[in-house]
Amino acid sequence: MDLKGKAHKFEDDINTDYIMSSRHRTQTLDYTQLAKHLMEDIRPGFYSSVQAGDFIVAGKNFGCGSSREYAPKIIKAGGISAILAKTFARIFYRNAINLGLPLVECDTDQISEGDVLRVNLVRGEVFNETHGTSIQAQPMPEFMVTLLNEGGTANFIRRHGKFQVPKGKG
Amino acid sequence: MRNFPLPPWSGLIDSRERGGGPARGELKIMGYTIAEKILAEKSGVEAKAGHLVVADIDVIMAHDSLGPMALEALAEMGDIAIPHPERICFMNDHLVPAPARNYAQLQKQMRDFARQWGIRQHAVGEGICHQLLVEKEVRPGQIAIGTDSHTCMAGALNAFATGVGSTDVAAAMATGQLWFKVPETIKILLQGTLPPGVFAKDLILFLIGKLTEDGANYQAVELTGETISSLSMGSRFTICNMGIEMGAKAAIMEADEATRRWLSKNGTPGPVKPVKPDANAIYSRTLEYQVSKLEPQIAKPHKVDNTVPLKEAAGTPIHEVVIGTCTNGRLEDLETAAAILKGRRIAPDMRLIVIPASRTILLEAMEQGVMRTLVQAGAMVLAPGCGPCVGVHGGVPADGENVLSTANRNFKGRMGNPNANIFLGSPAAAAAAALEGKIVDPRKYLG
Repeated sequence: MDLKGKAHKFEDDINTDYIMSSRHRTQTLDYTQLAKHLMEDIRPGFYSSVQAGDFIVAGKNFGCGSSREYAPKIIKAGGISAILAKTFARIFYRNAINLGLPLVECDTDQISEGDVLRVNLVRGEVFNETHGTSIQAQPMPEFMVTLLNEGGTANFIRRHGKFQVPKGKG
Repeated sequence: MRNFPLPPWSGLIDSRERGGGPARGELKIMGYTIAEKILAEKSGVEAKAGHLVVADIDVIMAHDSLGPMALEALAEMGDIAIPHPERICFMNDHLVPAPARNYAQLQKQMRDFARQWGIRQHAVGEGICHQLLVEKEVRPGQIAIGTDSHTCMAGALNAFATGVGSTDVAAAMATGQLWFKVPETIKILLQGTLPPGVFAKDLILFLIGKLTEDGANYQAVELTGETISSLSMGSRFTICNMGIEMGAKAAIMEADEATRRWLSKNGTPGPVKPVKPDANAIYSRTLEYQVSKLEPQIAKPHKVDNTVPLKEAAGTPIHEVVIGTCTNGRLEDLETAAAILKGRRIAPDMRLIVIPASRTILLEAMEQGVMRTLVQAGAMVLAPGCGPCVGVHGGVPADGENVLSTANRNFKGRMGNPNANIFLGSPAAAAAAALEGKIVDPRKYLG
């Protein structure tokens, strides 16, 4: 199934403090409420500009900084359907996949603010409907696709009881 | 079509990243890095860079900020028993003592869960999770994970220690295991000894400036050489703590006599079986630096890799100083600050906040008169914890103010106000700035 939405463009090195400052968590721990603060320190009003299904599109090293899993959680709660970036910081990558939030690694220089995108995760295809161009992304590794298809790591463990990764890879 | 690097979890190794040499395992003579050896030992299979492995986890740490979310994930995993409660430890450091009702409730939830399952709980006030990991939990050769990106600090004890999210910790609590992509390793070889008045913090800021914020993303770093051998364990902890600021999955050092002595006196005693890299281990990069002429460094707002020699930031007004935290809250750090502040008084309107990394360190600093010196100079002492560093509890700067902190991050808004600026430096640079109300070279205060 293809995801379709509008691109919200961000720069390199968007860290977890920019995604949301910890200070809001002393007020509430409700992810839907916290999502209203999404990116507000670097882009006030961002939350209201997102329509369900939109994409965050960023440069390199998206999600660097803390291991706080509420970063991808509130991005999801804010209506973002996937994040496209040149690269992702490692802990953020794990957290997003664990929660079932798809990540796409591709050349995001070919995407501008407001472009309408169609994304096929399995084939790793990004179609920019605004420009009529295609961008080839890295298809997700099999193990990651399995975790996403199972609805994230908690669901995977509930069904299988433990981790099994494909043997003999490498 | 553009040629992008392989995705991070592809399970395949791109030989280009290793200079096109033969893949390890094809030839028996190829050696292993420390990370590969530990992951192989704990997963029971050969662990070459690029492999996916499922490894037994020796130490599973959750703290009061992100542990509750792990309990949520655990509940989603269904009716699961905790097979190895002895491997789990709960820490209380991020919001202590609780600043708000919701956090008080979360801390109680963690305490109740720990009691129900027989999980070790380090009480509020005992220390910051990374310091307690090295003092009470982690041993050389182990794998430690924690719900905090700076968990890599324990790599100074020759362990594979890495930060993960709450769901990963929940999965490890439920299964005793976690999956890893075996990382490539960058070897950082450090030659020479640091000159007087230049500290581990200056060295790691310098290295982060060189490697940049994501220079070691998805990779481990091994820090080695005569510089590391000459450093105290406290200084080594400072360096490994900030490995994540260059993106590193783990920052690992070898175990030596200093490690053994520290473990038997300050950590968890017992025989030490050091894990050494093979002489012919394959590294993605080897970087070599001579440090004997290194100068004090400062990371300017709002990125840790925005580092400059301190003299280039000299004169910048500073309104608040934080000395301590998990990064630089060891006794030696407090002693350095006290040596500068002794018999002096901080600048008018300066807020000097001191946060020892653990209760043990606080007690030592009290017994040696270090705390008395700091408080006489005008310092406020907080309970061991993270509050000001993460902007949730105390020490929030006002709009337009500048903070010089010995902590590990200076992101915009990090300390609770996006309209303030955070500079990072050594405890010496911080103490000197507290005296003068501006960034100054601390060496003039150090005999």
